[in-house]
Amino acid sequence: MSFNVPSKIEAEINELITHYPQKRSASVMVLHALQDHFGHISPEAMEWTAAKLGLQPINVYELVTFYPMFHQELIGKFHLKVCRTLSCMLGGSFKLHEHLCGKLGLDPHKHGPQTTPDGKFTVEFVECLASCGTAPVMMCNEEFYEGVTTKKAEEIVARCK
Amino acid sequence: MPQEYRLILKHLDQPGYTPDLDCYLRHGGYEALKKALALKPATTADGKTLTAPEQLRREVSLSGLRGRGGAGFSCGMKWNFVDRRSGKPIYLICNADESEPGTFKDRQIIYKDPHQLLEGLIISSYANDVHLAYIYIRGEMHEGARILNRAIREAKTKGLLGQNILGSGYDLELHVHRGAGAYICGEETGLIESLEGKRAYPRIKPPYFPAVLGLYQCPTIVNNVETLCHVKHIVAMGGAEYAKLGTPNNTGTRIVSLSGHVRKPGYYETEVGKVTLGELIFHEGFGGGLREGRTLKAVIPGGSSAKVLKAGERFKIKKRGPDGRDVEQQVEMLDLPYDFDSLAAAGTMSGSSAIIVMDDTTDIVAALANISEFYAHESCGQCTPCREGSLWMAKALRRLTHGEGRAQDADYLAKIADNIPGGRTICAFGEACSWPVQSFVAKFKDEFVAKGAADEAKRAGSGVAATPEMKIAASPQL
Ligand SMILES: Cc1cc2nc3c(=O)[nH]c(=O)nc-3n(C[C@H](O)[C@H](O)[C@H](O)COP(=O)(O)O)c2cc1C
Ligand code: SF4
Ligand code: FES
Repeated sequence: MSFNVPSKIEAEINELITHYPQKRSASVMVLHALQDHFGHISPEAMEWTAAKLGLQPINVYELVTFYPMFHQELIGKFHLKVCRTLSCMLGGSFKLHEHLCGKLGLDPHKHGPQTTPDGKFTVEFVECLASCGTAPVMMCNEEFYEGVTTKKAEEIVARCK
Repeated sequence: MPQEYRLILKHLDQPGYTPDLDCYLRHGGYEALKKALALKPATTADGKTLTAPEQLRREVSLSGLRGRGGAGFSCGMKWNFVDRRSGKPIYLICNADESEPGTFKDRQIIYKDPHQLLEGLIISSYANDVHLAYIYIRGEMHEGARILNRAIREAKTKGLLGQNILGSGYDLELHVHRGAGAYICGEETGLIESLEGKRAYPRIKPPYFPAVLGLYQCPTIVNNVETLCHVKHIVAMGGAEYAKLGTPNNTGTRIVSLSGHVRKPGYYETEVGKVTLGELIFHEGFGGGLREGRTLKAVIPGGSSAKVLKAGERFKIKKRGPDGRDVEQQVEMLDLPYDFDSLAAAGTMSGSSAIIVMDDTTDIVAALANISEFYAHESCGQCTPCREGSLWMAKALRRLTHGEGRAQDADYLAKIADNIPGGRTICAFGEACSWPVQSFVAKFKDEFVAKGAADEAKRAGSGVAATPEMKIAASPQL
């Protein structure tokens, strides 16, 4: 098994574990750190996490399948999350989602995250992002965008290099 | 004239106000903490000696503060329930999961004034003999978590957190813990499970009341971001003074998140109960009304879980007259004072104080379909009525919004929704997913029936038979 966690990240993880009286509490934070680095959660990452925290791999696997932010597949370099929920729908998020999908050659009616064949973009409808007053909103990786018109969306996509 | 009253939001939108410690200190920051830590044991009128933490808890009780996270439960009472005799550590968790659709108030505090939250949290921890606390922030707020971590580092360097805070001998460790995109982590016992590194499966109460058996089976306090900020102001002003803000039993101020079809969506802080729902939507100082040529159709008054209000609906509520006696009054929906009790009297709730406005262009069936899709996606799946019911409702609504509905679907939806809440599930998500369905279908039944009937007529005209799925949906035993 060649799963190497860079020492800098492992040091960060070791520090995170000290935040909790019980190691298991750190699991979600450890998975975040690994996903941020590797881009997804592989079976090896789960085994590594389990070993690190003294857990069984199933204890980690059940988190990866429960929490929507974790994904087992590789996703695009740029992950575009469009808010699907009511205030954003009233503000035009379905049009925005359709526009983005159209632009990137994806099917707006397909369920779940979709990635372009070149692996550059993933588009996903997500639930309320807690910025309903500036609908419609979307995220591009960790960046957050408000009042996203189709024009603004195109600018965001154009900046993804 | 109705207007904002900015207590929590006082500084954060001022030009030049930044989220760093220096700026916070320049604006009188951490003075309330100093005041709290300087309190000496005091003797009350009836001869009891109260420790400093006990005095702080008494101020919070006096203030009448009610939780700003959703349930509106008395904060003083919640703190009094904490088991202080178990000999176990007491934990405090700040609920910064902010994920009730329509709500975006905690985000403002976290991003623009993180030290205000820290100050409220440190005081609340001191008041409850807490030495280890967490801020559970939703995973999508990447920057929010960084801002909070930066604020914690700053506070530590200035001796405001960590060991021997400001030389008082009081120690508090505080860590930021990130969620990973599940709404149910906002429910306090789900949040605790999540913080223990498990799936966020809410715990059954009794016996798992956080005040007794919370994090690591120890007494635990879970409070919303805004609630903790209010504690800072209660300590600064005194509980009795704070209680003069707002209205009786609905004291203080509250941040309202306003979204949907209004000209000026945004967050507005008001004295609780001093402004009506209609003023929040139509007044120039708030929502500024609807767009040109539109009329009001419906309002969700307290986050997507709250029962919808229909334009023109009337309610009987009790209002305190000038002689101090309660008189029953008929009020129109827009004239409801925006507070915990008035909305409860109108059969709904102020919940997370998120108002979603829908004008006459709204397809009400599509709006409910959108909400139900959310709940179907977010049910944790532990309880059969919630897991299956939320999916059935979403499925029926998907049919209705995709040209495959039936006239009976309205009754079918109501029937499912009626069988989920009322103690049949582990947590209040059961209520949260059924209340929108019950209220939308009851109040706009004609639209649901008309849509289903139109689909049926179309199918009859084109000779397309109902699919087996539709037949199941219509079968009476469900
Ligand atoms: C399904 C569900 C979701 C919830 N989501 C949140 C949330 O995102 N933020 C929050 O502060 N409270 C949320 N709550 C309420 C919490 O369970 C809890 O009552 C609250 O954090 C207590 O804090 P407070 O007393 O200061 O309001 C939710 C409750 C339920 C049933
Ligand atoms: S009511 Fe729903 S969300 Fe709550 S515990 Fe049961 S299945 Fe989970
Ligand atoms: S509905 Fe889109 S951010 Fe809340």
